[in-house]
Amino acid sequence: MNAFSHHFSFEFRTGIRNKNFLMLFYLFPLGFYLMMAVIMVGINPPFLEVLIPAMVLFAVLAATMLGMPDPLVNARENGIFRSYKINGVPTTSILAIPALTITLHLTIVAAIITISAPLLFDAPAPENWLNYVLVFLVTVVACSGIGVLIGVISANTRAAILWSQLMFIPSVLLGGMMIPYSLLPAAAQKVSQIMPTTHAMNAFNSLAFGRTADFNPWASLVILLTSGIIAFALAIYLFSWDSKNTARRAHPALAALVLLPYILGILFL
Amino acid sequence: MSDKMIEVQDFQKVYGDFVAVDGISFDVKRGEIFGLLGPNGAGKTSTLESLEGLRAPDGGTLRVAGLDPHSETRKLRNVIGVQLQSAGMPESITPDEAMRFFCAYHAVEPRYDLLERLGLNQKRKTQFYELSAGQQRRLALALAVAHNPQVLFLDEPTAGLDVASRVELHDMMRELQTQATTIMLATHDMAEAEEMSDRVGILLNGQLVTTGTPMEITATGAEFTKVSVCTSNNTLIDSTNQIPAVSQQTIKENYAIYFSSDIGPTVSAIIARIEAENDTLIDLRVERPSLEDRFLEITTNGVNS
Repeated sequence: MNAFSHHFSFEFRTGIRNKNFLMLFYLFPLGFYLMMAVIMVGINPPFLEVLIPAMVLFAVLAATMLGMPDPLVNARENGIFRSYKINGVPTTSILAIPALTITLHLTIVAAIITISAPLLFDAPAPENWLNYVLVFLVTVVACSGIGVLIGVISANTRAAILWSQLMFIPSVLLGGMMIPYSLLPAAAQKVSQIMPTTHAMNAFNSLAFGRTADFNPWASLVILLTSGIIAFALAIYLFSWDSKNTARRAHPALAALVLLPYILGILFL
Repeated sequence: MSDKMIEVQDFQKVYGDFVAVDGISFDVKRGEIFGLLGPNGAGKTSTLESLEGLRAPDGGTLRVAGLDPHSETRKLRNVIGVQLQSAGMPESITPDEAMRFFCAYHAVEPRYDLLERLGLNQKRKTQFYELSAGQQRRLALALAVAHNPQVLFLDEPTAGLDVASRVELHDMMRELQTQATTIMLATHDMAEAEEMSDRVGILLNGQLVTTGTPMEITATGAEFTKVSVCTSNNTLIDSTNQIPAVSQQTIKENYAIYFSSDIGPTVSAIIARIEAENDTLIDLRVERPSLEDRFLEITTNGVNS
């Protein structure tokens, strides 16, 4: 077992031990899924059609936007990254391993939702499983990239929570999970295109469930993947080992570049 | 490779307008234990962290085992071991996991024997946040030495340790020294610095005000050596004028206590007087000024100046 796999294994196991992680990764999204399946589908039956992708996306959002930034900020503030630096743990491992472990946790949650929803609630299952997995993985890359970037640029826990909520709440409300993109007013549609969930729902609906796309689903996948890569690159570039060392490579505002693919999407889709 | 394992030349560290370290220079040889002392804010942490590669120097040159700590950080990682003042571990990591994790990044086999030696054998599966402060520090020490570093940085290593752990740490330091490990020890514990260090350097307001062996440093102070004498007939009482180099005499519990500026003539005169009075010596104790006395003298004068 090499250093990277030791690191991954330790990070995954400590995630399971941590009650806050368990809450955000499992209890919160699965509880919300059950509630939506019972209540929301009762109020709005067409919601059943998108129950699986919407709830999987909710789990991704909760884990990445709410679950990822705070531990990164705390690790930096508590000197954990200093220990890592002294012992030769590379920046790429520090940022990539939480994303990989979260991918594993999310895969478990997504499997629970995807298998149980058709059985318990008669929700439609994906038609194209390969595309379903592809969209899921690309969405996790995009969202975990943003989660990591928020953790890197936030000066403290309060700032991290603020940025996380700023991404999480509009994504849930306008990102096509609760209200279909096609029902949004034109101006709100433009705003929603700046959110990863809008593109993820578009890709899920079209590529995995065989429904009509709101716009080119492959372009949505490219936007998600590109933004994820930009987010990780920016996170590595802006990473600082401790809050006392103020010598950052660039201003944290540079992180706004992560939105560039989405803005280009608004212009060209 | 040079015999100098740590080389600091005109090192400067500045934070905005504040000069934390102002052009200090010193060397530490292979196998030497060097105590870096100074009051809070003197520049110890800036110096240590720059040598550990955690901060970039603003002036001068630094070398650790011949490497530039700032530009050769990758090579430096396997050469140095660091016990930070705050342990900096994920709260749910266990000592076993931490040992596996850090040893994997140093590409060495985990040293579980160190956990046993430092009294952590019963706590190997306990999460970090459940360990006591002393246990956390012992774990940090075990991790710092697990890859057999050539240079070991210890920042307040005995803070929060019980007596047995402290003795074990000191034994371990001596053992590492016999294996030619160079140790830089930053501490507020003057007794520890005096006992363990081959040489010490005292930092004050970002400047290295003195370096030398603990003996050399204590010998250069203005403090007097304390000589306590007890005889069977108490003939030494009121003998101030007949004992040379004594500035002050007191009596406490049948002991005549002298404060001497020149210990040789003082002790000779005391013995001569006891013999001349046909008295019998019961006890004689000579206490030279401690490193703590000298440290306080230096830092108080420095702060006041």
